[in-house]
Amino acid sequence: MIVDVITGAVRYGACVVFAAEGETVSERSGVVNLGTEGSMLTGALAAFAVTVWTGSPVIGALAGLLGGALPALLHAFLVIDRNADQLATGLSVTFLGLGVTSALGTGFVDEKISGFDPIAIPLLSEIPFFGDVLFNYDILTYVALLLGPALWWFMKKTRWGLILRATGESGDVVYAYGHSPRKVRYMAVTAGGALAGLGGAQLVLASTLNWVENITVGRGFVAVALVIFASWLPIRAALGALLFGAAVSLQLQLQARGVNVSAFLLGMTPYVLTLVVLAIASRGQAQRMPAGLKAVFAPGGT
Amino acid sequence: MINRTTKLLLLMALGLMSAIALSACGDSDSASSASADSPTIGFLYVGPKNDYGYNQAAYEGSQAVQKAFPDSEILQAENVPETSEASRVMEKMIKDGATIIFPTSYGHLEPALEVAAKHPDVTFMHQGGQKTADNLGTYFGRIYEAQYLTGMAAGMMTKSNKLGYVVAVPIPQTLLNVNAFQLGAQSVNPKVKTTVVFTNNWCDPGKQAEAANSLIEGGADVLSQHQDCTKTIVETAERKGVMSVGYHEDAGSLAPNGWISGSVWNWGPLYTEIVQSIVDGKWKGSDFAGNYRVGFADSDAIELAPWGGEVPGDVKSKVEAKQKEMKAGDFYPFTGPIKDQSGKEQIADGETPSPTELETTDYLVEGVVGKIPSQ
Repeated sequence: MIVDVITGAVRYGACVVFAAEGETVSERSGVVNLGTEGSMLTGALAAFAVTVWTGSPVIGALAGLLGGALPALLHAFLVIDRNADQLATGLSVTFLGLGVTSALGTGFVDEKISGFDPIAIPLLSEIPFFGDVLFNYDILTYVALLLGPALWWFMKKTRWGLILRATGESGDVVYAYGHSPRKVRYMAVTAGGALAGLGGAQLVLASTLNWVENITVGRGFVAVALVIFASWLPIRAALGALLFGAAVSLQLQLQARGVNVSAFLLGMTPYVLTLVVLAIASRGQAQRMPAGLKAVFAPGGT
Repeated sequence: MINRTTKLLLLMALGLMSAIALSACGDSDSASSASADSPTIGFLYVGPKNDYGYNQAAYEGSQAVQKAFPDSEILQAENVPETSEASRVMEKMIKDGATIIFPTSYGHLEPALEVAAKHPDVTFMHQGGQKTADNLGTYFGRIYEAQYLTGMAAGMMTKSNKLGYVVAVPIPQTLLNVNAFQLGAQSVNPKVKTTVVFTNNWCDPGKQAEAANSLIEGGADVLSQHQDCTKTIVETAERKGVMSVGYHEDAGSLAPNGWISGSVWNWGPLYTEIVQSIVDGKWKGSDFAGNYRVGFADSDAIELAPWGGEVPGDVKSKVEAKQKEMKAGDFYPFTGPIKDQSGKEQIADGETPSPTELETTDYLVEGVVGKIPSQ
């Protein structure tokens, strides 16, 4: 049963991992993007539609990246070049994504696709316990598992990662250093949207194999909250997303084994548990917030 | 630096996207030439009309009404949330000439009652509700009769004697379906148990997939469900190599190996009958006391979906024999004695509660594993 809960947690949390990492990248550059939910939706529909048309979930996943990037690019344009309010713009982008995907998606509700199937990694998947919980997923879920550490490495160990973090702390310094904070923010927000879109793609190509209107049901907003409670740290954000998945998976697995679960717990646990754990983990770490998020937003030089 | 052309393109893209979003809100063509014989009729659905589920079934019913009343204008509104948005949609329909409105989702009832009070000359028929007004009636099908039959089939076909049931939220109608499914299954297989998992949401396919996985990992080899959108559970079962029973709509094409059958709606005849009674001036409202709570014996509103290719002949004939009894009015699933999970007798020996009484069901029957989430 523990194996089942963990694998369920990973399968359920994977799409949230993508979205949370995308939001981390965006916020580390100094831009809050509440359009993450919208990017997940456009990514999910793009991935599903392209998979229907081409029969290839790989091309579908690429379309998911692109589909998620587009609303984020719009967000970037409005807040960076048009100085629009970040929170209001982000919400508008989410509602735009919801509206557009509901309208364009009606024709795809009754489509059938074959998505990504789990690939057991030879030898490794035969290790007792760890083989089951780590080495028996579909390709996108493996990517999700690697994403947190990869982003940590990128931000901590590469020059571009440093520039990204510096942009979120002080655009002026980056400008003086010879880089365009505006360009960095454009790239960060768009890449963040692309990751959220890949999360949407994971949801439809590996989990549901179906498209319905509003298929993400708020997972993008969960991701945004996770980023804050994870103190903008990529590995912690990934763990938070998996913890969220674990809470959902646990109550489903408990029910499937005949254990009573209260309606309150049923609805609330995933959110409460995740927030409480992350809040405790990030005690006294408010100073980690990128300084750019605290200040009045200045788009920075050109 | 982004140049002017790029900015212009971005703005145009934004404009286009909002235009699409706005047009999606839907607009029915106005000004109809409705007469008393061919009224303008409005239908509201909570989801898309092609969801392989509840909404598709209702939509197909509306098409049957259109066929029966070819001169009538049928106004359609998909994806209507269960909020004041539903009131707005109904007001708009009335403005466009609708004199009969079918709000088809459970949560459309309150908005409908509100609008009905303001428009006494418009007739409302709500699907599944438990409240009425002078110009608002309700109807529903005794779909649990079909669930009893699919339960029988599942009970005969299971090898693990574990059936799984993914339920949206605990309301009387969902509990009745689970109960009927288990009663049907145990009528042919005394060892069989049904495990329930509640998702707390009418349509969250991601959660449905995990709910299905958890039941399969717990040993279930037939999955049934009560959700608004039904494809994901059927397809997840097929992927994992277990059998499935459908709900709302025939989804057999999604699961060529594991599909058994399903409980499906055929609303057309009932909708048509209701509209006809209103046109004839014979509609007298409907309290839901058995009136318009139709089953096999008194309507064609519920049906069994076509059998899956792997279902053996003796299963089919046994189930169809029971269906015949139901059609003749000789058999009802909830005839006592029926005990709940705690062993307490809920329906006395020989007693058959009316649909009204059944719609207060707040227990799961003996043999169901899992609890109703406590309030």
